[in-house]
Amino acid sequence: MTAETLYGLCAAALVGLGLFGSIVDPQPARKILSFNLLGGGVFLLFGIIARRGATAGMGADPVPQAMVITGIVVAFSATALAVALVLRLFETTERATLQPDAPPRPSGDGADPDA
Amino acid sequence: MHEAVALSGGGAAGFLLVLAVILPATGVVLSLALGRHAERIALVLMPTGFGIALAILADVWRSGTSLVYLIGGWAPPLGIALRADGLSCIMLVTTALVICAVGLFARGDFSEPEPGRETRAPLVFWTMLMGVWGALNAVWLGADLFNLYVALELLTFSAVPLVCLDGRAETLAAALRYLLFALVGSVLYLLGVALFYGAYGTLDITLLASRVRPEPVIWIAAALMIAGLLAKTALFPLHLWLPPAHAGAPAAASAVLSSLVVKGSFLLVVRLWFDVLPGLPGMPAAQTLGALGAAAIVFGSVLALRQARLKLLIAYSTIAQIGYLFLIFPLTTGAAAAGIWGGIAWTGGVYQLVSHAVAKAAMFMAAGLIGEALGHDRIAELGGIGRALPMTVCAFGLAGMSLMGLPPSGGFVAKLMLLTASVTEGQWWWAVVILLGGLLAAGYVFRVLAPALADTGSLTLRARVSRRQEGVVLALAVCALLLGILPLRPSQLLQIGRPAATLAVVR
Repeated sequence: MTAETLYGLCAAALVGLGLFGSIVDPQPARKILSFNLLGGGVFLLFGIIARRGATAGMGADPVPQAMVITGIVVAFSATALAVALVLRLFETTERATLQPDAPPRPSGDGADPDA
Repeated sequence: MHEAVALSGGGAAGFLLVLAVILPATGVVLSLALGRHAERIALVLMPTGFGIALAILADVWRSGTSLVYLIGGWAPPLGIALRADGLSCIMLVTTALVICAVGLFARGDFSEPEPGRETRAPLVFWTMLMGVWGALNAVWLGADLFNLYVALELLTFSAVPLVCLDGRAETLAAALRYLLFALVGSVLYLLGVALFYGAYGTLDITLLASRVRPEPVIWIAAALMIAGLLAKTALFPLHLWLPPAHAGAPAAASAVLSSLVVKGSFLLVVRLWFDVLPGLPGMPAAQTLGALGAAAIVFGSVLALRQARLKLLIAYSTIAQIGYLFLIFPLTTGAAAAGIWGGIAWTGGVYQLVSHAVAKAAMFMAAGLIGEALGHDRIAELGGIGRALPMTVCAFGLAGMSLMGLPPSGGFVAKLMLLTASVTEGQWWWAVVILLGGLLAAGYVFRVLAPALADTGSLTLRARVSRRQEGVVLALAVCALLLGILPLRPSQLLQIGRPAATLAVVR
């Protein structure tokens, strides 16, 4: 098994895990983490494609690398926006779930049914 | 296509394409820097941007070829191109029209605060409106799949804050749900982009079209990208985020979100299907997209009929109207051999794109005015509003005509063309859905108009509605109506810049 195949399988696994988490998990914070996992898998795939595109004199194709950098910036801003929304939602409602009917978090006793 | 690149690579007209993207972006930066003047900056930029969109349309119309600008003079695959074909021009002008109308409308709701005070909502509204405009223009003009990804993300990031401008808990939750759907959608798109680059070493749409071959990696890439884009377009069954997000936003923001933002990701599906993979997708894929569209028409309309709140009704009607757009795919795929760009389904689909954008913007703003005047938007308690706000209710009715497809509205032409196409293609099942959708649309528009026009005696208005805002809404609704009597010249415009192979067949 070549290094590219190994990394390719890693990327596929990351994408699978991320997609599963972002669809199945009801907690917004975990959805955001899953989204980053999913993004990580895609960026790894870009890295592999860059590596496969290596030509004489260059260790890797620079174009996918440039795309990864742009992609990371975009994913970072997306995460920041999503985290800001989750924090604001928590400040307003004392809970951070997307279920409209979930009971408000009991304050003071430290128990957190949503966690 | 490549002669066009050589001819207008750095021309003065080509620079208009850059301006169309840069101008709203400049507006965003200036608004952030100059805080309190955001409204004034936006209102100065709007007519300028409208002029640029018209100039691009005029240039493409006159020359009969796509307008191309190579950024920095670097030709693809090394550089990135901006390209305006006929479809781009139509979308540019529609966007500019709706944005200008929304801007004029929003002057009442998001006017500049008192000197010395700076409130968040107006600043965010005007900044993000400019952001949405710039991002949409980048989507219409992008000729590179990765560039389109960036434009799509800019669109999402500008649209999400518009959803939660008032900061209430339910709009925050709606915005968060929208963002999470959109993020997963765009990562799936990016994954497809990576596979395309890995297979062919370029992301320029024109170059890709000449290189793609039907092979498994392309099917996987295209399936991932289209699935991701469907989540962002809110096609049934991925529509769950749309109603709370569009219904919860302030009226001016809902108008932009519902009429324009969802069309951005739809256009990328069109680009992928017709420009990147010309003639490659087969009938099963096309029928699947059509079936989802048909399900969206029926499901969205039925749910719209059952809503108790006016804005939610309009949001569900958006889901139904998006469904019509996806009927393009089965109806043009069968016609491929006969030259799809002359195809009536294609023109009808674009008509639907434009007429829904204009009508839905007018409808949401009318609903906003009704809600403002009454202090609520419960449909059952609209009695007598037709007498209090005749212009607004008239605008609502005119926009509703376009949604149900009554002549002479734009929606009538769109639905008639799709209907004709489904009959001539021998795919009668779509015709049934189109007719049923029109009937259901008539039902939900009438559900609003019947109580609104009923005479229930006295009606106390909670707030006075500005005549200017009413005028803007009515003007936009009249535009939606007049679209139907435009000469059918756009069908020629729409063929500009289509892949050469299919154009040759038409001739």
